[in-house]
Amino acid sequence: MLDRRAVLAGLAGMLAMPVQARDFSYVLRPVPVGDGIWVIRGADAAIAMANGGAIANITIIATAAGAVLVDCGPSLRYGQALKAAAEGVTGRPVTRVYLTHLHPDHIYGAGAFDPAIVAATPALAALLKTEGAGFSDGMYRLLGDWMRGTEFAPPGRIIEGGEEVTGGRRLRLVPLSGHSPADLAILDDRTGILVAGDLVFHDRAPSTPHARLGPWRQALTALKALDHRSTIPGHGPVDPTPATAIDQTRDWLDWLEASLRAAVADGRDMVEAGNMAIPPRFARLAAARYELQRSVSHLYPGIEAELLPRIDPRRP
Amino acid sequence: MIRIAIAATGAVLMAGSAQAQPQRDPLESPTWQGLAASLFGTERVHFDDRVKVEFPAIAEDQHSFPVTVDARGIAGVKRILLFADLNPIPLAIDYSLEAARPYLAARIKLDQRTPVRGAVQLADGSWLVNGGWIDAAGGGCSAPPASRVKGDWAEHLGEMRGIALNGADGTRIRLAFRHPMDTGFVANIPSYHIEHVGLVGAQGRHYGDMQIEASVAEDPAITTIAEAATGEEIKVAGNDTNGIGYEGRLKVAEAPAAFAVR
Repeated sequence: MLDRRAVLAGLAGMLAMPVQARDFSYVLRPVPVGDGIWVIRGADAAIAMANGGAIANITIIATAAGAVLVDCGPSLRYGQALKAAAEGVTGRPVTRVYLTHLHPDHIYGAGAFDPAIVAATPALAALLKTEGAGFSDGMYRLLGDWMRGTEFAPPGRIIEGGEEVTGGRRLRLVPLSGHSPADLAILDDRTGILVAGDLVFHDRAPSTPHARLGPWRQALTALKALDHRSTIPGHGPVDPTPATAIDQTRDWLDWLEASLRAAVADGRDMVEAGNMAIPPRFARLAAARYELQRSVSHLYPGIEAELLPRIDPRRP
Repeated sequence: MIRIAIAATGAVLMAGSAQAQPQRDPLESPTWQGLAASLFGTERVHFDDRVKVEFPAIAEDQHSFPVTVDARGIAGVKRILLFADLNPIPLAIDYSLEAARPYLAARIKLDQRTPVRGAVQLADGSWLVNGGWIDAAGGGCSAPPASRVKGDWAEHLGEMRGIALNGADGTRIRLAFRHPMDTGFVANIPSYHIEHVGLVGAQGRHYGDMQIEASVAEDPAITTIAEAATGEEIKVAGNDTNGIGYEGRLKVAEAPAAFAVR
């Protein structure tokens, strides 16, 4: 005779199946983009259960000393899968993880690695001391079990800008800011590929939660002046040209700022600003409306404080 | 004829007949019945898509979530309520409008996933309601305001910014106050918020009065549309729950020609 408890458990399992259709394991596919360099593409979408938060592009670089990673994904599970994928394609253990900036879709996988090999600039390391753990609540809320075991892991190695040679491979480290208070771009000498982090988006609208648009534009100018051949953006497809994605990012930021300023000057509130028409040339940008509405939330109060005149008697 | 008969027996009968067949809440909010009773009393309530309640697809910041209630497609609106069912302080703004178009935009706090709604009252006392659910991270009402964390709130208290622009759709009045708008849900910080703002134009013409609750976001930013003329001066007068008065003067200007940036 069947044990009644087993039957009930079986029924419960069957009932749970359609809801629990996934096992929360990331399927990572490194795509070769140059000699000994691969990209794992993120979904060009918002952080969501459907993508496990794997929305950022992650770069793997093979060296004689081991695999070098640029960013490590949104969760511990992702970091573990990334470690296996990187070792799979390079045939060597991971020897270095560079963090490009503070956002959790890029750095919350760090817990899968020895802190001694996780590297950040002094500015980013300082920022992460106050801001690093703060994304946890939001990530768990959005991603549930994808985040299991994930805790913010601070970088254990401080790097300065300039050149670093790892296993015979020369990488140029370019600290900048603008997308966030501390951004890092990395140029691979051998292939001329620029790993731009979130300073550059491509066919995916830029996000602005910690952005300062003036410095961001300066950073784009600095990146464009590098002698690179192609660009791996933080989000969106690899740009086979040096500047297409850089120019597109700048075009969006210019339009965004001018439009939000015009909306404030025209007496529009945030809802209207978030619903404004997006020019047809941005039609190929994924998540454009989503990022516009987020940017309104990030930038509008500052523009109002700048453009709306004081009307109280104490006005200076 | 039926209306006359009902009028003779008073509002109680009307309320009674409305309660006999209550319209089902399209949002199926768990608190709708009690909330509707507290906001609308015995007045009739209908759900009506002509009350346009607009907000972004995501709550990027649960401490400041923009909402617009636009009932310009409905004649005779005399009052607008903006509220979020599952906030600990559901009501955000109670706006009684006079020489103004039924339009209100503001930013509110969100304490969890909740319906966000606008309700407009007509001259006969009945209410038209619409809204939608928005998902939000918790704590919008129970986190200390940024100016409390920074510690500079008192330096900026009373600062008021604004513009009044006369364009194709009336005179848009935008007001932005500096105020912590404390909910009272943060330890050792009692409730403290702007509670009233009124708009008066030339010859004492009233454009509207707003009762404001602590569920409005820190540094309230509010938009209304008045029937004011270019060049007119509009007096903004308000007070907070500590009795501090706020006064500002707005000169109505012509709206800029174009808004869209290509």
